[in-house]
Amino acid sequence: MAEDHKEIDKLTGTATTGHDWDGINELNTPLPRWWLWTFYLTIVWAIGYWVVYPAWPLLTNSTQGVLGYHTRSAVVEDVNELKLLRGPMMDKLSSASLDEIVGSPQLLDFARAQGRVAFSDNCAPCHGAGGGGTRGYPNLNDDDWLWGGKLADINQTIRHGARSGDDKGHQGNMPAFGRDNILKPNEISAVADFVRTLSGLSAEAGANLALGKKVFADNCALCHGAEGKGNRELGAPNLTDKIWLYAADKQTIMQGIQNGRGGVMPAWEGRLSEPVIKALTVYVYTFGGGEK
Amino acid sequence: MQAIRTLSLDAAPAAPGLARLVAAAEAEVGGLPPDDDIPLYAPRRKIYPQSVHGLFRKIKWVVLVVTLGIYYLLPFVRWDRGPSAPAQAVLIDFPSRRFYFFFIEIWPQEVYYLTGLLILAAMALFLMNAVAGRVWCGYLCPQTVWTDLFFSIERLIEGDRREHMQRDGRKWTAETWARKGVKHFVWLMIAWWTGGAWVLYFADAPTLVKDLATGQAPFVAYAWIGILTVTTYTLAGHMREQVCLYMCPWPRIQAALTDEYALNVTYRYDRGEPRCSVKKAEQLRAHNAPAGDCVDCLQCVHVCPTGIDIRGGANLGCIQCGLCIDACDTVMAKLGRATGLIAYDTDLNIKQRIEGKQPFFKPVRMRTMLYAAVIAVAGGIMIYTLATRDGEGISVIHDRNPMYVRMSDGALRNGYTIRIVNKQLKYRDFIISVDGLPSTLIDFVGMPPRSDGRQVVSVGPDRTQEVRVVVTDYSATPPAPSTTILFKLIDAASGETAEMRDHFFGP
Repeated sequence: MAEDHKEIDKLTGTATTGHDWDGINELNTPLPRWWLWTFYLTIVWAIGYWVVYPAWPLLTNSTQGVLGYHTRSAVVEDVNELKLLRGPMMDKLSSASLDEIVGSPQLLDFARAQGRVAFSDNCAPCHGAGGGGTRGYPNLNDDDWLWGGKLADINQTIRHGARSGDDKGHQGNMPAFGRDNILKPNEISAVADFVRTLSGLSAEAGANLALGKKVFADNCALCHGAEGKGNRELGAPNLTDKIWLYAADKQTIMQGIQNGRGGVMPAWEGRLSEPVIKALTVYVYTFGGGEK
Repeated sequence: MQAIRTLSLDAAPAAPGLARLVAAAEAEVGGLPPDDDIPLYAPRRKIYPQSVHGLFRKIKWVVLVVTLGIYYLLPFVRWDRGPSAPAQAVLIDFPSRRFYFFFIEIWPQEVYYLTGLLILAAMALFLMNAVAGRVWCGYLCPQTVWTDLFFSIERLIEGDRREHMQRDGRKWTAETWARKGVKHFVWLMIAWWTGGAWVLYFADAPTLVKDLATGQAPFVAYAWIGILTVTTYTLAGHMREQVCLYMCPWPRIQAALTDEYALNVTYRYDRGEPRCSVKKAEQLRAHNAPAGDCVDCLQCVHVCPTGIDIRGGANLGCIQCGLCIDACDTVMAKLGRATGLIAYDTDLNIKQRIEGKQPFFKPVRMRTMLYAAVIAVAGGIMIYTLATRDGEGISVIHDRNPMYVRMSDGALRNGYTIRIVNKQLKYRDFIISVDGLPSTLIDFVGMPPRSDGRQVVSVGPDRTQEVRVVVTDYSATPPAPSTTILFKLIDAASGETAEMRDHFFGP
């Protein structure tokens, strides 16, 4: 068609398509040569790409390409490179004792950096992003430790957990005194009032503190100690300090006595590598509450 | 062409040369219908600038040698900063995130100086423009400098304008091919060296040169050399005036910023018109008829690197390099006429002379004073802040979770991550204290206090150090939900201090 109407535009000397709109002609300007050659080059490039890289989908697979490139193996390579890069420091972390790590600024920085990531991935769901804890999940920043706050204690707890089913894990439960009919309701109310007074909180008006004291001595002192200072062997909290794992109000304390308590900390040995557990230990220790 | 036509209609009395130019252009196209049927498209005409001698050519040579000399050699200039910093005078150190410029060291958080530099650069450009037109375009712009260098190499190998045009016009012989081959090779070598010098600003130059030569340099260095080679070769060798005419925004901005008092390379048509040969001028003058000094020798057009005719008046394509002044002065000197037929002048002065008034040059105007004032203020602020900036700094981030911690004895504790900055090139010991709470204790995690009980943090030269501190408030009265506190950093040796305000949160 264009050949039939091969008209030449007077001004530009270029052929027109023959189309005419109200006296406006459409120039039939060919694509620039550089553009065409670039276009052809991309086609050649694409064919080369099919040969070299995985390209065409087949029924169950795809063409593999002569280079043998694979995104998955590339990721594995990257990870291995990273491991190699971290290797020397990770080795140091593995061989150094926990005290040595805390004593060396360089190792401490590295361990805290590793620990921060591991904590966010594994611990933060219960203990909070900064280890602030929440009702039933201990705050790791304070100086009150259910199972001990020394480096070795923290390491032990992370490794084997508490009530985790791990043989070496911490054991010990708060019994359900009410549900199992060990204590009567009035005794539970009295001992709850008494427990509150241990840390200087007020008792309810008309509370029978004498009964509470007796109930405590008979039932609670075994684990929590005669003075209520707790027992880390059993994970029995110190009842005389200002820190409450659940809450300080009487209602919550009575709930605990009625139904018992027993929060679970999983065992991480086997799930996390040795240096990562060390890094986590140091990270938690350096929240600020670690014991010497 | 359309632009010239429009210009000629508006400015015909001011620039009579234009009418001729348009007529000539129309004749070239071949009797096309006038006015609105003038084609909008004009193919590029290859420009063969002729060599020229004179004052402005000399200035351009000096500027070329100085600017290129600085560019190619500056990375090799050494500057001793002691063992803890690189010894290169000008270095953009991306891996360590530092910029070194002789005695100045810029940290990433001080990049705002770049804003100051950009303000200075823009205002300097405006000021140059307000005083003497496109000084930047004509002498200093890298595009001009490299193109000028490439032109001179072209003339050296392929001959001056006439020889070059003749050889290109004939059937190409082996010699033509050989000369062109050599030219492109030399161009590529210069372009390659240009790219090579570029990467030296980003790493220790002598080491990188050695690494580049032995194939040990990082891939990115080779890639950038390749990119800069291609751009230099293309822009300076092939695109040349097209960059100024079509790519660069500055001519458009410049046209909007200029005024009638700014000096420009100007054809003094009051003296040049009407153009006529020397012989005809004598005849005309003998009859007391007007005869201009312009002999229409076209030397000004032939030397022009953008291929324009300055006699057409102020022009977007004119980069004001002054080469036409040199060319015209040479001709005028030969003819025994006064030089300066083309000169740095203003249209206003031409009109003054036509009206028999005194020409004048007024560089001190509201516009130039304003530009100078902005330069002085911006430059002053930069110098002041550079001279008085602190060599140390402290930044504090409060723990986000938990906001506060209740201790077993009822005390409240807040955790902070502190980063101490030591910009000096030596080890320094800092003491950190906290003000604002009645009874506080500050503990450094993993850092026992010194034997004298003071908590000292040692920070390496030109480094930062992060420390985690916990602040515990033992005051009997419960603190407010938020108390403003002040962290103080004191250099144990010199007593220099830095402070940072933060908050202590309670329930």
